[in-house]
Amino acid sequence: MNTKALELIQGAFPEVPCETSIDSVVLTVQPDELEKTLTKLKKDPTLDFGLLLDVTAIDYLDYPQKSNIRFYVVYTIRNWKENLVVQVRIPVNDPEVGIPTASHIWDSANWGERETYDQYGINFQGHPDLRRILNHWQFEGHPLRKDYKIDARQVCYESDSLEKEIKARLATKGIDELTLKDINTEIMFLNIGPSHPATHGAIRILSALDGETVVANVNEIGYLHRGFEKTAEDRTYNQIIPLTDRLNYCSSLMNNVAFVKAVESWMGIEITERAQFMRVVLSEFYRALDHLVCLAALFVDMGGLTNYWYLYNEKEAAYDLISRLCGARLTSSFTRVGGMYRDFYEGWEIDMENQLKAIEKGVADSLTLVAKNRIVHDRSQNICCISPETALSYGFTGPNLRASGVPFDLRKDNPYYNYEAFDFSIPVGSNGDIYDRIMVRFEEIFQSISVIRQAMKMIPAGPVNIHDNKVTLPAKDKVYDNIEGLAGHFKLIFEGVKTPAGEWYDSFEAANGELGFHFVSDGSGKPYKCKVRPPCFYTMGGFHEMVEGEMIADAVINLSSINIIGGELDR
Amino acid sequence: MALGLEAKLGDSVLTTQLDVVVNWGRQYSLWPMVFGTACCAIEFMSAAASQHDISRWGAEVVRFSPRQADLMLVCGTISYKQAPILKRIYEQMPEPKWVVAMGACASSGGVYDNYCTVQGIDEIIPVDVYISGCPPRPEAVLDALMKIQDQIKGESVLEDRHKDFKGILD
Ligand code: SF4
Repeated sequence: MNTKALELIQGAFPEVPCETSIDSVVLTVQPDELEKTLTKLKKDPTLDFGLLLDVTAIDYLDYPQKSNIRFYVVYTIRNWKENLVVQVRIPVNDPEVGIPTASHIWDSANWGERETYDQYGINFQGHPDLRRILNHWQFEGHPLRKDYKIDARQVCYESDSLEKEIKARLATKGIDELTLKDINTEIMFLNIGPSHPATHGAIRILSALDGETVVANVNEIGYLHRGFEKTAEDRTYNQIIPLTDRLNYCSSLMNNVAFVKAVESWMGIEITERAQFMRVVLSEFYRALDHLVCLAALFVDMGGLTNYWYLYNEKEAAYDLISRLCGARLTSSFTRVGGMYRDFYEGWEIDMENQLKAIEKGVADSLTLVAKNRIVHDRSQNICCISPETALSYGFTGPNLRASGVPFDLRKDNPYYNYEAFDFSIPVGSNGDIYDRIMVRFEEIFQSISVIRQAMKMIPAGPVNIHDNKVTLPAKDKVYDNIEGLAGHFKLIFEGVKTPAGEWYDSFEAANGELGFHFVSDGSGKPYKCKVRPPCFYTMGGFHEMVEGEMIADAVINLSSINIIGGELDR
Repeated sequence: MALGLEAKLGDSVLTTQLDVVVNWGRQYSLWPMVFGTACCAIEFMSAAASQHDISRWGAEVVRFSPRQADLMLVCGTISYKQAPILKRIYEQMPEPKWVVAMGACASSGGVYDNYCTVQGIDEIIPVDVYISGCPPRPEAVLDALMKIQDQIKGESVLEDRHKDFKGILD
């Protein structure tokens, strides 16, 4: 519990009810007080909550404890310097009327509120562009409401034209219908994606071009929306782990760790020392792999295919170790609430060390090709810059934020799993351009390798799972030999690990930034609500700020430099 | 031993059936159009990279323009939002064309039995080969490629294979 945060917030808002939930302070605010409260949280220098992490809503329709208000909207906000998190809850009497928007306070609220509107049908008064974001425009109803049936499928017959949106964006740049019609201003509309190699998945980018320069840009996402959150409400906690693999599938194991860490922190479970070290080793390994894929794809887009072979081959080789460990190449599902699926196999240290050496070599080879390469410099330096203020306002985290010079990294600022004991540094950029984003990732690979080596030296022997028959499965011989073991096994599989009723937010430094989980539990073995705070989503929300005024070809490599992964973006 | 016409023409001319020759050509120069949307596309990247090397089957010329491709590989989940685009791109590919559904999602919706996911792309476009797995290993992609090649062997240039297909968007 964070007593400092509670005192600070209670002092600043004496009339508002405050509670704590793990590390966050939870404030309940009425809609008419909302604007004042949020503005104060952000602008007051003693509070300084500059990073709006996530916006979501909760539908209490089926919740066991009945209340007369069905919907609450929740803003999760962070003061990254002091490591404080506050959640502001607002009761919504009538979703059609809704609550005032926060999009003029933090830019990230724009997309966050759109998602809340799309999934829960809550109106945000004064929002500049309130329309669906994940579901298609012909969709009716709001899928995360409890009375929406999970299998009520709705077919989309036609894609949205986005004409209105791009024209609105052009208008903010002083280009109206009249100028568009003028024969001398040649604005050309160019649509990239959703099926285009440059979009690395399924994102749609619509640009208005003057020559080759992007004048205005709007994006559409949601093409890979596969209902993670709704599906999760119907699964036990351990059954959700395979679904988390498919969020950021380039670093599946990190999602596994982030997810179980969030569940364990709420349940107050302290996992074994060995499991903690395993999680560190594997997370850092996957961080390196994630960056390898990002950089490999980036250099392909830039025209340096050789880098792809140097970097991707190491990722491919790493699959040997990974499949020996967990049986799969891509989708690891390696953690469990209370520990790990299993221990390392015998001789993993040698494999790992070989792997690390190979990665170092591949990365060094690639660096000799790019570090002093004039073409790379010209195409990336001072291109698509984003200032630290804008990046924070859009909710950037992870390497993209650090490239803009903000040294925020949860491993340092809110250390878990003994991260404070490791000697590693957080690389930061100075310009927030493409070059910085590339180089921050290169450096992070080396830092991760160093952490892995330190952790491999320190990793203690011992069990990888805690012993608690309410959380972890009993050993197989107990299941077969005695009735108590059998019953325990049966109960855990069918009912799942039960979490105490309540709500909480917990986060983890994933390869792309802060990966958070916001849970609501009704005390059963399945989450009542499970909302992901995906780092990509908010980065993509600021994409237009980076590319407007730049060349269209730069927009393509910019997209690869921010490493958008569809599974996590659209969930 | 040459019979009939070939006996008269000598060694310089081979006679064969049009189908056989055309199919032989088609089999070994499949140009894939990768419709990669999700995790499965990462495994396709592996199939294309050096270790598995898809070029051993003559299918390494990955085209992202559907107009230059004849093999559509759908790697990943298709949502209802994506479906009209999938159909449009399929229609843009010239005949003859083949479709592989890679992975559980493309084949059947996979783990995503919910409001936004198409329960198999054969609701939208005709599929020739399905690959199981979540995600399938690169070897499975290569296996599917060989299956397509086998299938091509038995086809006729005169036949329109999917003229009766009707999907939910037709
Ligand atoms: S089949 Fe599995 S790996 Fe492939 S796209 Fe679907 S979830 Fe991802």
